[in-house]
Amino acid sequence: MQEGAVLEMRGICKYFPGVKALQHVDFTLREGEIHALMGENGAGKSTLIKVLTGVYEKDGGEIYIKGHQKAVTIKSPQDAQNVGISTVYQEITLCPNLTVAENMYIGRTKGSFANWKQMNEGAAELLRALGIPASPTQQLGSCSIAVQQMVAIARAVDMDCKVLILDEPTSSLDEQEVAKLFTLMKDLRMKGVGIIFVTHFLDQVYEVCDRITVLRDGQLEGEYPIAQLPRVQLVSKMLGKELDDMASIRNDGEDKKMDTGTPVLEAKQLSSAAGIKPFDFSIRKGEVNGFTGLLGSGRSECVRAIFGADRKTSGTVSMDGKQVKINKPLDAMKLGIGYLPEDRKRDGIVGDLSVRDNIILALQVMKGFFKPISRAQAEAFADEYIKLLEIKTASSETPIKQLSGGNQQKVILARWLLTNPRYLILDEPTRGIDVGTKVEIQKLVLKLASEGKSVTFISSEIDEMLRTCSRLVVMRDRKVVGELTGEDLNQTKIMSTIAGGGN
Amino acid sequence: MTKLETPTKKTLGTRMKELVRQQIFIPIAALLILVVFNLIVDPSFFAITLGQNNNGDPVLSGYLITILNNASELVILAIGMTLVTSASGGQDISVGATIAIAGSVMLRVLCGDQVRPETMQAPIIVAFLAGCVVAMLFGAFNGTLVAYFKIQPMVATLIMFTAGRSIAAWINNNTLPIVNDPVFAYFGNFIPGIPIPTPVFIAIACMIVIALVLKFTTLGLYTQSVGINSHSSRLNGIDPAFVKFLTYVILGLCVAVAALIKVSRISTINYSVIAKDIEMDAILAVALGGNALSGGKFNMAASILGAYVIQFLTTTLYKFNVASDALPAYKAVVVIILVVMSAPVVREKLSKLWKARKEAK
Amino acid sequence: MKKLIALLLALVMVMALAACGTSAPAETTAAAAAEGTTAAPAETEAAEAPAELIKVGIINNDPNESGYRTANDADLKRVFCEENGYDASFAYSLKNDEQIAAAQKFIQDEVDYLLLSAAGTSGWDTVLQDAQDAGIQVILFDRTIDADEGLYVASVVSDTYKEGQIAVDWLVEQGLEEYNVIHIQGVMGSSAQLGRSDALTKKCEEDENWNMVTQQTAEWNAENAQQIVQAVIDSGKEFNVIYAENDDMAKGAVAALDAAGITHGVDGDVIIMGFDCNKWALEEVLAGNWNFDGQCNPFQADTINEIIQGLEAGNAPAEKVIYLEETYFDAATITQEDVDTYGI
Repeated sequence: MQEGAVLEMRGICKYFPGVKALQHVDFTLREGEIHALMGENGAGKSTLIKVLTGVYEKDGGEIYIKGHQKAVTIKSPQDAQNVGISTVYQEITLCPNLTVAENMYIGRTKGSFANWKQMNEGAAELLRALGIPASPTQQLGSCSIAVQQMVAIARAVDMDCKVLILDEPTSSLDEQEVAKLFTLMKDLRMKGVGIIFVTHFLDQVYEVCDRITVLRDGQLEGEYPIAQLPRVQLVSKMLGKELDDMASIRNDGEDKKMDTGTPVLEAKQLSSAAGIKPFDFSIRKGEVNGFTGLLGSGRSECVRAIFGADRKTSGTVSMDGKQVKINKPLDAMKLGIGYLPEDRKRDGIVGDLSVRDNIILALQVMKGFFKPISRAQAEAFADEYIKLLEIKTASSETPIKQLSGGNQQKVILARWLLTNPRYLILDEPTRGIDVGTKVEIQKLVLKLASEGKSVTFISSEIDEMLRTCSRLVVMRDRKVVGELTGEDLNQTKIMSTIAGGGN
Repeated sequence: MTKLETPTKKTLGTRMKELVRQQIFIPIAALLILVVFNLIVDPSFFAITLGQNNNGDPVLSGYLITILNNASELVILAIGMTLVTSASGGQDISVGATIAIAGSVMLRVLCGDQVRPETMQAPIIVAFLAGCVVAMLFGAFNGTLVAYFKIQPMVATLIMFTAGRSIAAWINNNTLPIVNDPVFAYFGNFIPGIPIPTPVFIAIACMIVIALVLKFTTLGLYTQSVGINSHSSRLNGIDPAFVKFLTYVILGLCVAVAALIKVSRISTINYSVIAKDIEMDAILAVALGGNALSGGKFNMAASILGAYVIQFLTTTLYKFNVASDALPAYKAVVVIILVVMSAPVVREKLSKLWKARKEAK
Repeated sequence: MKKLIALLLALVMVMALAACGTSAPAETTAAAAAEGTTAAPAETEAAEAPAELIKVGIINNDPNESGYRTANDADLKRVFCEENGYDASFAYSLKNDEQIAAAQKFIQDEVDYLLLSAAGTSGWDTVLQDAQDAGIQVILFDRTIDADEGLYVASVVSDTYKEGQIAVDWLVEQGLEEYNVIHIQGVMGSSAQLGRSDALTKKCEEDENWNMVTQQTAEWNAENAQQIVQAVIDSGKEFNVIYAENDDMAKGAVAALDAAGITHGVDGDVIIMGFDCNKWALEEVLAGNWNFDGQCNPFQADTINEIIQGLEAGNAPAEKVIYLEETYFDAATITQEDVDTYGI
């Protein structure tokens, strides 16, 4: 083993039927470092993590852990835990109906009797130390997703681990929470814990990591100290090709002539049962605008209100100056509005249905119950969009749940493009998908706008918003607190508007 | 039977592999096992003879005819049950009781106030339509509980399961009306001159209707989509509650058709035993068709085939003189095998075993 | 929001249940009180009427169970009414535990007599002991139970073994060369099944000329009977007697024969035997489609009434077990009058 290394993986191979998921991958984690594991979806990151945590059995290679003379065998998550490897997954894997403390200690108590008092005290102390706003006796399900995530990390940390794997831990956290998490990670680094950090957010990688390992197509691309790998290069390594400079996606919007006629859609004093304060909103032909704000600030609720996804409690909506009634999603769809929801798994895909059925779903519903799209026609539509959006799928018959996140998102996008909407709402279309697809989606948004469609684009990554939107509606605490255009469209201004308080 | 031939006739090898992976393979395999078993034990099982019934009309008889005949109600119910299962992720356990109700309504209309009228008091079609309306109303009741009050299907339909037979008895004031007109018996027996039992035709008609409905409406896509992910469905303009509601109403219609056959078979009704335990067979048919009882994707043809397999099993057991009160135990064995086989753990193990065997070769 | 609605719904249901629970007895007592007050002036007008009504609690099986039970229930209601000096309450269930609960309630209500047709034979000792301690006289009807004889005054039942014997005796009289019998049984273990099966089973074992083609339970169900007979027909086995333990099953069996073109009844190839004397069944016998229908007498109320009147007068019944008179009907001798009198 190398000096200072806490974990070494050598020549790891993993095969699935017909796929070489990992081919001779090396990975080294040193004591007290935060190490980013990067790669597009399908590059092998998750497989490597799953081999390391014993979810999959490796087909070749060795794993060395500090303190063990020989290579260790990890055949189950329990084995991994025993050698000091702890994992926090993107999706919460705790029990929402147990208390916070119970979740932190579950499966770890010795014997069959638990000392509840001691357990609660220990949990309280740890929560306080990590600054997690939760009470040990609170039911986990009553905490926000972010807090649940942090509890999961607290649990992992408390297990006295040498290697901590954080698999997309930040995707459901807002910035303050991310900052808190980073503080926590840095603390752990000081204590000598090696942290493997898997994320899609480039900003975060550069904010907190010491080293980056890049995987591509199941193979090791390379390992780099962070200072030696600028962002653009990282992206090109991940994609395996030189990328157009991402900043140049959008020609400075100002030179485009803004349509100044009647707005395509205009909402006045709209509010919904989801609890947003009444807001005004409008969008013009060919415009791309966006909602920004912290997670939970009401961005999604606003667009859901426009689409009729939540029950409207007040306000009016008009299209082309004429007042319209949107009480349910179908009303909005018939008026030419499309909505790609934030939570892809819950609200977007219909998992067991084929890619084809998922693509035609919205169009089919609009056509009506008694006018089914013929098999041949559906096939044609599906093929057209699979080609157009370069959706990677075995066939149009494949159930959508078997696709990677980015390709699922493309299918949902195809679904709405097929309805040929005048106004398309994209709520976090780039979340949890690889960089290449992110860029493609951003390009597509601008292309749609140039064709005269209107698009509302929501993203947690302000960079993306700046590249695509010509106007940003800023939200805080379920209220619209500002609208930024032109010169105001820059990171600092947005931040200060989000933060509020006049600074 | 014809369903069977098309896939097996084609070349083996790859075709066979393809078939094994398909959902409809489960009922086909079950059917094949039963067929082979009967062939070995007693090939005369498959004999069909043309004879005459007591009215001097030609009729076909034999175990196969018996199976096709007696499976009819089950097939019709399986159609509705498949849709209900797909959309609501649960089953309607009240179909037996609502058959009693629908049958009771039909007899009430046919007999009027009399218990044994000399002539029917209303045309059969009126009685049938009345039965349809009532059965669909009860379906709507179940559907409302499930779709709008979000009660678990089994729990919601438990109400009618418990109360249904009493309601059926109440409709006819606890009397047992009997229809004397031979025309009414046509639906459950034979039409003079046609040697094939009428229920077989009714079942085929129902299959054709559901095939057309699935082809010319989006019912299939909507129910599956709602069953898989009702949130997504709603955001794509589908009204999930209404789709669930609709499937229960459709099941109500299926119940009415099955009830017509049931009461016509013996021209009367016994509220406490008519269509007893048929709900379990209908659910079993859906499961045997390889459909997930938790809803989502469905294969209608597989469900229908599943219904025939169950009747095949029942008739086989009768042939071997298995006491009819022991039948549920045998069916339970089938259920256990099915459930175990479809459990992900077992499937994984099996595919591993399969792989190991292949490699060994 | 959804949770709130669910909670509300649950609350409403609980309240409705509670309301049912409390208001129902209240109503009955109110009704009873009302009856009492209306009865009082009636008494003064008709001086011969008994001063006090005899309070009876009657526990029976669900009248929807069969035509037999419907007739039985109607008969009890006819006899135990106010005009005859009774204040009767009825409880119905097909489940033993519910029946026991009903019995306990009647004991609390301090009835004078408890009439019981038990769903199951066991588990009655404790509650009947309670009744005895409370000074309540218990009369069993229709079904016997496994309990100490001292716990009840009398039981008024059908002798199902005798029913079976009558039927077999009748069958022997038909003098067939060979008897190939399809025996369709009721729910296994029920007293009617045990009794009606007994004589036939023995006869088939003893006599070489008597063959049991198949012996199967159809659980009193016509459809099952039809399937059983269908299976025999399909198998090509010979048979000339169908012995069904109730009318419904006989009807199902006949449906299978009709479809297969096998004649039955008088001058037919197959002898049809049923039980219970449903009106429609007797009509079949009258028309010659069936040959035999054995009676299972549901009219026990008059006999019970006599016992109670005797007890009121201080005379215990002469015998503990009182068997009802039962007869049978033969297609050769049945008349329309029989149908009208005995049909249920």
